[in-house]
Amino acid sequence: MSAPESELPEVTADRAIHRSTPHDSAVLHVTGRAVYIDDMVEPTGTLHLAPGFCPDMARGRIRDIDLSRVRQAPGVVAVLTAADIPGRNDWSTSTGGDPILAEKEVEFWGEVLFCVVAETRDAARRATRLALFEGEAEPPVLTAEEAKAKGLRVLDDYGYGRGDVARSFASAQRRFDGMIRNGGQEHFYLEGQIALAIPGEAGDMHVYSSTQHPSEVQHCVAHMLGVPNAMVTVEVRRMGGGFGGKESQASQWACLAALGARVTGRPCKLRLDRDDDMVMTGKRHDMTTAFAVAYDSSGKILAADIDFMARCGYSADLSGGVNDRTLFHADNAYYYPNVALKSERLKTNTVTNTAFRGFGGPQGILAAERIMDTLAIVTGIDPLEVRKRNFYGPGRDVTPYGQKVEDNILPELIADLERSCDYAKRRQECRAFNTKNRILRKGIALTPVKFGISFTLIHLNQAGALVHVYTDGSVHLNHGGTEMGQGLNTKVAQVAADAFGIPLDKVRITATNTSKVPNTSATAASSGSDLNGMAALAACDAIKERMIAHLVATTNAAPESVVFADGRVSHAGGSLSFADLAKACYENRVQLSASGFYSTPKIHWDRQKAEGRPFLYFAYGAACAEVTIDTMTGEMKVDRVDILHDCGRSLNPAIDIGQIEGAFIQGMGWLTTEELVWDDKGRLATHAPSTYKIPTAGDVPAIFNTRLWDGANREETIHSSKAVGEPPLMLACSVFSAIFDAIASLKPGAVPPLDAPATPESIMRAVSFMRRSEA
Amino acid sequence: MRDSIRIVRRGRIVEIDEVQPTETLLDYLRLRERATGTKEGCNEGDCGACTVVIGEWRDGRVVYRPVNSCIQFLGAMDGKEIVTVEDIAWPDGRLHPVQQAIVDAHGSQCGFCTPGIVMSLFALYHGEGRDGPPPRDEVVTALAGNLCRCTGYRPIVDAALVAMDGPPADRFVDAMSQTAGLLQFLADGQDVFIGSNSAFFAAPASLSVLAQLVVKYPEATLLAGGTDVGLKVTKGMRPISQVIYVSRVAALKQIEDVGDALILGAGVTYDDAAGVFADLDPDLGELIRRLGSRQVRAVGTIGGNIANGSPIGDMPPALIALGATLELAHGEEGRALPLEDYFIAYGKQDRQPGEFVAGLLVPKLAPNQVFRAYKISKRFDEDISAVMGAFRFTIDDGVITEARIAFGGMAATPRRALHAEARLVGAQPARAASWGAAIEALGDDYAPISDMRASAAYRMESAKALLAKALVECAGAPTSRTRVIGRREAPETEVA
Repeated sequence: MSAPESELPEVTADRAIHRSTPHDSAVLHVTGRAVYIDDMVEPTGTLHLAPGFCPDMARGRIRDIDLSRVRQAPGVVAVLTAADIPGRNDWSTSTGGDPILAEKEVEFWGEVLFCVVAETRDAARRATRLALFEGEAEPPVLTAEEAKAKGLRVLDDYGYGRGDVARSFASAQRRFDGMIRNGGQEHFYLEGQIALAIPGEAGDMHVYSSTQHPSEVQHCVAHMLGVPNAMVTVEVRRMGGGFGGKESQASQWACLAALGARVTGRPCKLRLDRDDDMVMTGKRHDMTTAFAVAYDSSGKILAADIDFMARCGYSADLSGGVNDRTLFHADNAYYYPNVALKSERLKTNTVTNTAFRGFGGPQGILAAERIMDTLAIVTGIDPLEVRKRNFYGPGRDVTPYGQKVEDNILPELIADLERSCDYAKRRQECRAFNTKNRILRKGIALTPVKFGISFTLIHLNQAGALVHVYTDGSVHLNHGGTEMGQGLNTKVAQVAADAFGIPLDKVRITATNTSKVPNTSATAASSGSDLNGMAALAACDAIKERMIAHLVATTNAAPESVVFADGRVSHAGGSLSFADLAKACYENRVQLSASGFYSTPKIHWDRQKAEGRPFLYFAYGAACAEVTIDTMTGEMKVDRVDILHDCGRSLNPAIDIGQIEGAFIQGMGWLTTEELVWDDKGRLATHAPSTYKIPTAGDVPAIFNTRLWDGANREETIHSSKAVGEPPLMLACSVFSAIFDAIASLKPGAVPPLDAPATPESIMRAVSFMRRSEA
Repeated sequence: MRDSIRIVRRGRIVEIDEVQPTETLLDYLRLRERATGTKEGCNEGDCGACTVVIGEWRDGRVVYRPVNSCIQFLGAMDGKEIVTVEDIAWPDGRLHPVQQAIVDAHGSQCGFCTPGIVMSLFALYHGEGRDGPPPRDEVVTALAGNLCRCTGYRPIVDAALVAMDGPPADRFVDAMSQTAGLLQFLADGQDVFIGSNSAFFAAPASLSVLAQLVVKYPEATLLAGGTDVGLKVTKGMRPISQVIYVSRVAALKQIEDVGDALILGAGVTYDDAAGVFADLDPDLGELIRRLGSRQVRAVGTIGGNIANGSPIGDMPPALIALGATLELAHGEEGRALPLEDYFIAYGKQDRQPGEFVAGLLVPKLAPNQVFRAYKISKRFDEDISAVMGAFRFTIDDGVITEARIAFGGMAATPRRALHAEARLVGAQPARAASWGAAIEALGDDYAPISDMRASAAYRMESAKALLAKALVECAGAPTSRTRVIGRREAPETEVA
């Protein structure tokens, strides 16, 4: 598109990269032959676990648990309690406080107090219901507001800013204040949490875990068992979805399975029932965000003061990083000359909230977009025009955290999308529709995304890979990333196939295993391909270097003339098949195995001073959404969505489009149909898909156009691609803004108090407000 | 009397004599057959990962329909073919057209929902009379019961349209006559009873034996489509030991048109009834389209939706507004009552021990009657109503002479709005001022509760809105101006 052709890397038709190869498991998926942990052939004697909790306590102290009926239930082999844990009773990855099996203190409804081990899963589940509890329940603290009033926090407040915000507000002639609430979000990975632990000799433990973070599961299990890390191996071939929900929160179930295996000496499997999964595992953080903005007559922001109050649940889990990322994205794509950002991490008696695609970014961006929508109303300027006026640009290109925005492509990207989706004309059409219709109203919005790529905890930005070349020219590929459906393995295999110039089917992708590549980071922060692709390339290059050295030594080929392509290795003096070269290397005692390593360059971050360059680059995108709402009932339909998203030079356009569309619909669910409800006793009322509604096929807009922005990443990433896992989720803010726009049509000049998710009821609350202020 | 069930599996008849009363089809497949292609996602019939297809011999052909195997009981499979995701590729490994199209369209990511999606599309692929691609919205409706968290569905819908470009051509078409023969052979009309007096799965073949069993075992759980009973087992973990399956009884599956009314057996599924209800009024067709999912409608019965007494079932309010009469049977005896009288209180229905719901008489609309039904839920498809409102107005010369209004989600039972009905008599839909009092009267009819689906205030507000909407539409407003979905006009006649 707008990037000049000359800037693009030269792509030959037969290269394995930059091509829409199907997911490596696609055929296995459609035939039911892809093996998930519950599908593995169980070792003889495998036992099944089910966790138990106190059904009527969200907060309090357990005085006594009577487990005698549980132990006597048919099929029960053992009942695990905290007393059985030989090592550390904590699955926390951060500041602690996440018991694997709670002892006395109950901090949320669903906290695991015991775990049944039985001959069948059904027997284990049934037995959990037989426990009797004595204890004192206390009223749970359920909302962020209540926690704030009581001073309950899981972590200290954090914030930073720039300029003299107080003076800016004092001198500004125009300002507004506002507030937006967003709900949490259940991951609803289709495959629930699961682990299978197989005890080995001398205290070894092999754990199959559906986790995004095998190394962390390894460490948690080792600490729990009180054995060195080296005695625990964790393996994951694939997950049936992760979305952040299996980053930290797979550990507890793996620990319980391993504990059961240690106690009984038999293989133990724990697969959570869906309702238990939804009750016991954390979700996206719901937040209440208050903001004050000073602006000038042209609609440019002079100062912004934004305060995020996050409900973190009972413990810190990943709340530190999540809420930091909220602050990193409180600007989205907009320049705030003077700014004060604050994040409060509040403690409630609810499940501990955790990573979820976007990792705090969505809440920051949602607030920024609400600020823009409000600004458009108070100034009377078109919402897209207001956004453009506040974009980062020359001389206005430093974020609140001090990183210079060097790669801003939004002005061109937005202009392209604005044209292709016919924004201006359709906006007029929506207005015309609204003047003629009383019950139904239309809204349209075009919103941008700028998302920072890198783990903001700097040391996590590293990865390893292990590559073996066999004498028949086939390649065994292993890396530290995990496959959860995002196509990471396909992309990394493409990188390896391209490096060796061999067909993709010569590269065998193998299960992620802590004994092959150690000390890995979670597959998270959209970093999977960036990190593991580079590590795999380093490993391939190391082997190639040795192969080239062998060729040079035996044929006098000039090293720079050696080309790996089309399954052959060519040089000035001739060519041979890749397999023949591999065989020749082996026969000449050249090592055909290498590990590769990568650590992201350039990044640094001083959290204390709130300065540095936390991100290697930004990924950009924009979406335009058009909706119709029913102002009598609050029902809403998304009519059309157009997306233009930046993946750099895409490694695999089909997979990237899949990530974009999937993330968009997931984000749309977060902002529309997906509502988590806790009752006043602290019990999650929406703990199954019957009551918690993720989008179905019918929610996808009838017109849904997605295009890739074709421009190379200016940073040196794997084949100039960009990360894609998370950024497009926030494109769904366009839907929310379009709903806001439709409601705003009811009373020009008034700001609809629309909160997320925009359920029919939430929309009606805002509609009623507008109608009241109409009167 | 047989003490085993017989199913068709991979071209062969399989006889199973060990059948636990509440054993699910999914557990049979995964734990006993070790056929692990079929996944468990939610264990309550909502996500569709466990979708398999059942083949039945009906009306002279083999009919394939998707079901949620997690809440189908194994015993209920007697006489049916079970098709799972492992079975549909050609023996030489060539993929089924649906499978190939999903691969080509990049329609799988994590792959966990994919087997269920493949099977839902396999059923659509074998849809009656299909010889080309169905309309896109039909594919979308076929997928309403298959949640995918990764793809955003677009490539899956595209794949379906590609796969169904031509008439069905797969190994099941090739084997159709053989399958038909096996299924006809299995339809032996024998009653099935597996187990003992205290713990059994019974599947009577005739109405009289069903009636005898219900009298003999008044505590037994009556099972029809299983979409409700299944949850009591998988989620409630209730110790249900006596199960009487009613859906083998042909007499309960009849739909009879008697001129000014329809008579439906209690075992008529939503799928079977969809056509006749849509003919009664398009809103009924749309209501059934949105009810549950294809997997639920394939087996769920109108009778079951009534018998379980749920305050949020979608059919009862519509049927009450239509003036339906319920028929109950007890042994050889029977009685009839207005449907609204069946629902006494939450969890309490007018059903005596030994009685069962046998059928339903549904009056058709008279020329001077207008019907409207609306369902409000957080999600349009496969969701449970927050509020469901149904209205039948009899209008003579622009004046309402009779009104029947029933709501679900507004009380502990599906219930009529008698105050509002009374206030509407004499009102004119075209004059809003004439029905304002009727709208407000809903406040006397209902005192809804707040729960996870909606607050009490919203329920009341939207109930009023739905009555107003029905009246505005009666006065002539095109639904392209009153509804975001479920419009009654053909798209080309919509008003811009």
